[in-house]
Amino acid sequence: MTNALEIEGLVKTYGDGFEALKGIDLHVAEGDFFALLGPNGAGKSTTLGIVCSLVNKSSGKVRVFGSDIDTHLSDAKLNLGVVPQEFNFNQFEKVFDIVTTQAGYYGLPLKKASESAEKYLRQLGLWDKRNTPAMMLSGGMKRRLMIARALVHEPKLLILDEPTAGVDIELRRSMWTFLEEMNRQGTTIILTTHYLEEAEALCRNIAIIDHGRILRHTSKRALLQQLSSETFVLDTAEPLDEAPVLEGFFCHLDDEGALVVDVDKGRSLNGMFIQLEEKGIRVVSMRTKANRLEELFIRMVEDNNTPAAKQGETA
Amino acid sequence: MRTDAMFTAYKTIIVREVRRFMRIWPQTLLPPAVTMTLYFIIFGNLIGSRIGVMGGFDYMSFIVPGLIMMSVITSSYANVVSSFFSMKFQRSIEELLVSPVPNWVILAGYVTGGMARGLGIGLIVTLLSLGFTQLSIHHLPMVVLTVFLTSALFSLGGFINAMLATKFDDISIVPTFVLTPLTYLGGVFYSIDMLPGFWQGVSMVNPILYMVNAFRYGILGVSDVNPYVALGMIMLFIAILSAISLRMLARGKGIRH
Repeated sequence: MTNALEIEGLVKTYGDGFEALKGIDLHVAEGDFFALLGPNGAGKSTTLGIVCSLVNKSSGKVRVFGSDIDTHLSDAKLNLGVVPQEFNFNQFEKVFDIVTTQAGYYGLPLKKASESAEKYLRQLGLWDKRNTPAMMLSGGMKRRLMIARALVHEPKLLILDEPTAGVDIELRRSMWTFLEEMNRQGTTIILTTHYLEEAEALCRNIAIIDHGRILRHTSKRALLQQLSSETFVLDTAEPLDEAPVLEGFFCHLDDEGALVVDVDKGRSLNGMFIQLEEKGIRVVSMRTKANRLEELFIRMVEDNNTPAAKQGETA
Repeated sequence: MRTDAMFTAYKTIIVREVRRFMRIWPQTLLPPAVTMTLYFIIFGNLIGSRIGVMGGFDYMSFIVPGLIMMSVITSSYANVVSSFFSMKFQRSIEELLVSPVPNWVILAGYVTGGMARGLGIGLIVTLLSLGFTQLSIHHLPMVVLTVFLTSALFSLGGFINAMLATKFDDISIVPTFVLTPLTYLGGVFYSIDMLPGFWQGVSMVNPILYMVNAFRYGILGVSDVNPYVALGMIMLFIAILSAISLRMLARGKGIRH
């Protein structure tokens, strides 16, 4: 299968000498739903900026569906749709004009551009706002407008940089559903996000970047299997004043008063329930804590920031 | 990118530019019309009637070509510099940068957009001037060539200014401190024959003098300079500024990190 994106030895040194990328390698398979994760300043936006031609690379190779951006930039760009982190449209222009203008830049004649714009504005719930100047839209609408604009030329690879930043939960969920549907229909999606829950819910493969280096590049499943324990959240029939002490399990109460239990991988849950029964605690529901990825992420980034890791980096 | 797709992209940039200056017409179309009408009334009618003949024509007829040219120059420049810098400022330039539009099409689109406004204003001012004087065309090809090429040249100038600008002050410095003095000293209101020898020599290094005079030659048949030399100079400057603009775009000067 072709790779939607291939990055080899990508280096970016800014004018002030700051080395944002220190030779990263990355590949994203066609059809994948891929997350690029990392703390602020790790190099995520620089990487995506280079892929989208918004940042000049210092060295290295980037290929989009086999088209090298050094030799076949136009072909590479035709396959790309970009949703940046910041709003970057003319605030005075009307919604419909913004989307059809973008289609025109990709060479779509006006009739085809208008049809495509209508399709995506309807799908993203913005058709009623088509004649509204962009500045009059809410934050969530502006985000959806940028997605419609990125899709209007029907790219094979969609890149989203923090697509749900500042969006309320309901809208975020509806955007997830939309993106999952796009991915099911064959669009390869790469996203960066601060919401690790988002990456865990949507993505199949993940790369973690920090200080301009890729720390891990693997499948979500393989990554999660690294967790030596799993965390469960238990809702009890009666509210608890304090967490019970269970032999072999570490328990605490979360902010909502639910019982949170860490269970070592491979350990039976029966023992936990027997002990809870003995203490008269009745469990009415149970779920896995969603942000398992967050734990791993924090651990990896912390490991990368230890003096030993930094020494290795300098050497 | 296929040729037909490039042409669509080129048209898209022009449509966007025209839509922009039409949307804000009280800022773009109205002021030059009002200013030039005042020039016609004050300099042409009131003061001009006391000045008498200049270059063999009454003063009003003498200044009309220069005033048309002045409005074409300032409007072409202002359109591109403000539009492109606004796109940089709002980061909507990224819409173009991520797309497959080649740099020369981007440049051609903006220059044509600037020319659309510059020539539109030129037409408005010409129509207004008909209310004050009669215009006869001495050399139509010279009129058309001069006005089109001058508009293209100053659109390119606006483009380079916008590429280099990092704040709003930077886009007003050149029009205020370079363009306006050169235009006023470019023979719009007088023939350089009136100047002492030294200042005539100084005037000859002002490029706008050549454009105003080539245009005046096309309309009235009189000029302080050889109009064909003027046309050659404009074309040379267009070639130089186009090369500079394309180089800046290729390097991403001020628009890519």
